[in-house]
Amino acid sequence: MTQSQYAVILVYSTSHAMRIERMLIEQNIECKLIPVPRQLSSDCGVCVRFLPADKEKVVQCLDSVHIEIQGIFEI
Amino acid sequence: MIYFDNTATSFPKPPCVLEAMAKFLNEVGANPGRSGHRLAIESGRFVYSAREAVAELFHVADPLRIVFTSNVTEALNLALNGLLKAGDHVITSSMEHNSMMRPLRCLEQKGVELTVVPCSQQGTLDPGDIKSAIRSNTVMIALNHASNVVGTILPVAEVGQIARKYDLMMLADAAQTAGVLSIDMEKDGIDLLGFTGHKSLYGPMGTGGLIIGERVDLEAFEPIKCGGTGSRSEHESQPEFLPDKFESGTPNAVGLAGLNASIRWILDQGIENIRSYEIQLTQRLLEGLKSISGVKVYGGQDAEKQIATVSFNIQGKQPSEICLLLDEEFGILCRVGLHCSPASHKTIGTFPAGTVRFGLGFFNTQDEVDFAIAAVRKLAEEER
Repeated sequence: MTQSQYAVILVYSTSHAMRIERMLIEQNIECKLIPVPRQLSSDCGVCVRFLPADKEKVVQCLDSVHIEIQGIFEI
Repeated sequence: MIYFDNTATSFPKPPCVLEAMAKFLNEVGANPGRSGHRLAIESGRFVYSAREAVAELFHVADPLRIVFTSNVTEALNLALNGLLKAGDHVITSSMEHNSMMRPLRCLEQKGVELTVVPCSQQGTLDPGDIKSAIRSNTVMIALNHASNVVGTILPVAEVGQIARKYDLMMLADAAQTAGVLSIDMEKDGIDLLGFTGHKSLYGPMGTGGLIIGERVDLEAFEPIKCGGTGSRSEHESQPEFLPDKFESGTPNAVGLAGLNASIRWILDQGIENIRSYEIQLTQRLLEGLKSISGVKVYGGQDAEKQIATVSFNIQGKQPSEICLLLDEEFGILCRVGLHCSPASHKTIGTFPAGTVRFGLGFFNTQDEVDFAIAAVRKLAEEER
């Protein structure tokens, strides 16, 4: 099995993506806002991409705020 | 020309506001939150950055609790219409602007009970009178932070503590105070804060918002408009999360780009510095006007206890006549009449004729204040 290159957080709203991006940057976690990859579904059109190696730190970050997400997916 | 109508809207705006808006229109332009392309993301960043600026200004931990509206009127309408139901009791003051009073009177027709607590002739409010008005069905206290007629600052923080003690929602109207008085929703016990962007925040018209505190029950809070949010588009029902629940339709992103710049400009200047400069100008204006025979100044007449808004009349002259003379003969632009606040004018004893109002701002100078005092003196002397 090949290692995933990236992981993405699917969110319900662009504002949520922005909030998460800001939080991750503050924690020095590399991330980027990108259009939602076509194999995944979302409706706000934007998701937060990060490196799979940072997944644990990202989950900790998300747990610290009350933002409902659609899920974390590896791509 | 001397612009003394900053209470209605501030003018001029800091150059950074125009630059930010031009940048948005020239280089970004896309709809925020409606797609994932680079310009849509960039547009979303402008809007989110404005959220962060507002959060910093009012010490709000979560920027997503800021709901942008077109002005403070829409913000107050949202809070009042969205939360109050028939049978609920709400307490307000007799120094409210019609942006608070009219939606409340409208709700009264629909079965909401309303108590308007009288203020003194100087426009001051005794927090004890609010406490005495609390009933078993009271759910909210809705209060103006400072009068748009005489500038009197109302004791929002003291009333906020009463609201906390009796577990009531506290709605504050910061139309005249956001940007000049320090506001901390948590410390001041404010659950809902309405603000407008175009007055003492020095942003463009068409911007404002309602900040929703943690104590507000979101499930019981009905939106006053529903529609497209760019989120959960597969559902025909309104999203339940903030800010989308209350932010339907394409936002005023260009305006918010300007508001973001203006709030950051205020934070750079320092609210305390803006406030102390305005106190200085206001004190000078109050002393000058009070020294003129035939001029009556309203309100508490203490610059420390009011914002930079001063109301007066000249004996023997109608306010409308004074306004025209100040404009045509002296190039001084001000506002006269009832200032959308009949309740305040009834409280200070100037209903229905109204007053002449000078609304000073950070861009006014001592020389302008001195010139205006001399102009009023001349008009008053004509009457003798």
